[in-house]
Amino acid sequence: MAGTRQRNIFARFFAELLRHQALVAALTGRELKGRYRGSVLGFLWTFLNPLLLLSVYALVFSVYFRVQMENYAVFMFTGLLPWIFFSSSLMEGAGAVSDGGSLVTKVLFPQQVLPAVKVMANFVNYLLSLPILFGFMLLNGVPITVHALAFLPVALVHIVFVFGLTLILATANVFMRDTRHILGNVLTLWFFLTPILYPLTQVPGQYRFLVYLNPAAVFSLAYHDLFFWGRWPRWDLLGLLLAAGLVMLLVAIVIFEHYKEYFAEKI
Amino acid sequence: MSQEPVIEVRGLKKRFRREMIKSDYTTWKSLLLKPFSRRRARDYVTVLNGVDFAVGAGRTLAIIGQNGSGKSTLLKILAGIYKPDEGEVQVRGRVASLIELGAGFHPEFTGRENIFLNGTILGLSKKEIGQRLEHIIAFSGLGEYIDAPVRTYSSGMYVRLGFSVAVNVDPDVLLVDEVLAVGDEAFAHKCEDKINQFRASGKTICLVTHDMGAVEKYANEVVWLDGGQVAAAGEARQVIDAYRQKVAVEEDAIRREETRLEKAERLQAQRWGDGDVVIEDVRLLDGAGAEKAVFNHGEALTVELDYRLARPTEDLVFGVALVNAGQVVCWGSNTHIDRAELGPAPPAGTVRCRLDRLDLLQGTYFLDVAAHAKDGRAYDYLKRALSFAVRSSLGDEGVFRPPHEWGLSGRGEG
Repeated sequence: MAGTRQRNIFARFFAELLRHQALVAALTGRELKGRYRGSVLGFLWTFLNPLLLLSVYALVFSVYFRVQMENYAVFMFTGLLPWIFFSSSLMEGAGAVSDGGSLVTKVLFPQQVLPAVKVMANFVNYLLSLPILFGFMLLNGVPITVHALAFLPVALVHIVFVFGLTLILATANVFMRDTRHILGNVLTLWFFLTPILYPLTQVPGQYRFLVYLNPAAVFSLAYHDLFFWGRWPRWDLLGLLLAAGLVMLLVAIVIFEHYKEYFAEKI
Repeated sequence: MSQEPVIEVRGLKKRFRREMIKSDYTTWKSLLLKPFSRRRARDYVTVLNGVDFAVGAGRTLAIIGQNGSGKSTLLKILAGIYKPDEGEVQVRGRVASLIELGAGFHPEFTGRENIFLNGTILGLSKKEIGQRLEHIIAFSGLGEYIDAPVRTYSSGMYVRLGFSVAVNVDPDVLLVDEVLAVGDEAFAHKCEDKINQFRASGKTICLVTHDMGAVEKYANEVVWLDGGQVAAAGEARQVIDAYRQKVAVEEDAIRREETRLEKAERLQAQRWGDGDVVIEDVRLLDGAGAEKAVFNHGEALTVELDYRLARPTEDLVFGVALVNAGQVVCWGSNTHIDRAELGPAPPAGTVRCRLDRLDLLQGTYFLDVAAHAKDGRAYDYLKRALSFAVRSSLGDEGVFRPPHEWGLSGRGEG
């Protein structure tokens, strides 16, 4: 009995998302287009932002710090872009419901749409920054290999993981507004604990297992592998992460579905 | 059309957590410090406490009540936004709610773009919106502004666009919260037409409003909510009358309290005279002798004033006048004009002037009182000594309503 009920929750959760895909698309478009609308350069900012960020990091690490690594800027950029997808999804997703305003309190539609939109919008942003990465790779003589095809499965696992976490954070932030402030600081720490700006080889051997326990690190390593190093990622680790991500997503859905009826009252 | 009701509410209860003090918010800190603290009963406010009603297909129900009576909460429960704590709520058919107009509008997007966005949020497909686009734009009356960013809109234009999308959802059940009174007059007429059109095409409407005119115009049935319970329900006319009476009583209490606070000040404010006679207090009483500040049209009214003679005074005259908000003296007289035989005035006493019928029309009025000599020399003159209100359910215009009747007869030809 309980089993079928649980399944029904999950089925309903995704069925509602699917039924409202037009709404997800419309709100994602609103998110993406609305962000830069009214600015002179408009949608160009979507490309300009990562480019400028790249310049800043390249200046600091390649010119000032003089990191001794061939094509370091490309290396760093391949890790930075997925991190931005990850951290922005979580930060914006955490506020998706609590900042939803009248969309939560005065209109009726399945609330999972709101965090889903944040993840979607940031993923589309990530996709749009890939051409810049490719251009930058070619410019520096880093070849784009067949391994880049692994992007699709890796990104899929990444999305599963991010969406689950986002759902939990979005729920938590409705009831505890401190969540987002804590998250901001946690993400800063997490960023430096993740091999984005440095390769795994920089981490002393006895601490490497810690890196493997960090999901963000597994993703970062995977993107480094398939774009920068031109090799297949660690499928075993990604498989584990997919399993963990799915479990987390299911738990997240149970939490979200349990609390969503209080969202409108708490905001 | 007498099958099962379209909206059915039985034993509905809804309560909210009381969140007035900062410490009531759950934070990670409070969660860590006292993770198992139980919520006590007094931490909740019961907003709806056992509400029952049903609305048949094609009927229009109005929900009335004072602020905080639970109207909007009820509407949100009907819309499915809040879940009931107890009881059953059933709404059959496609629901459109005009609770929030322009939900999800992005200020930087044009009106046209926002129609698609808002329409999608309200559950329309892209195709459906496309089919209705011309209609929606025409109905909004925004003209060329439809391609301007919504942030440049006036608040009226914003609401008009939101309304135009919402009414084009083509619902079976329409929930309306206090939005009929938006836009300019031309748009108000359009809204009125649209609502009538809904009614004519057999849709069920449930509206929350404070506008009794709208209730009388549209509603077949009225539910009056008071403190989360149905105070009265049924035929519009009767419920409205009962509601108005209750409001008048409360308004009267508030106004009297205000009057009491202002009185001391007022007695000084616009006052002149040589002080040979002092008016110490002024009161307005109803037919039963109770002090009141809100009167119904046609009710009896008594002005009472307490005076004291500072010096023995000959030919003392007392006067009263009723002045409207436009400073027009509606009626004024005194004991001399009226040749009132009061006899010699004792050193301290109370003068009464009783009006059997207050024939003034609805509005706010002021009372002037005076004690003066026959030659007009003022002993004590109080302008605007009190204010009071007159309520009337009649639509007369002007200042007063003389007893009158109409007749009609034919004229013989030739």
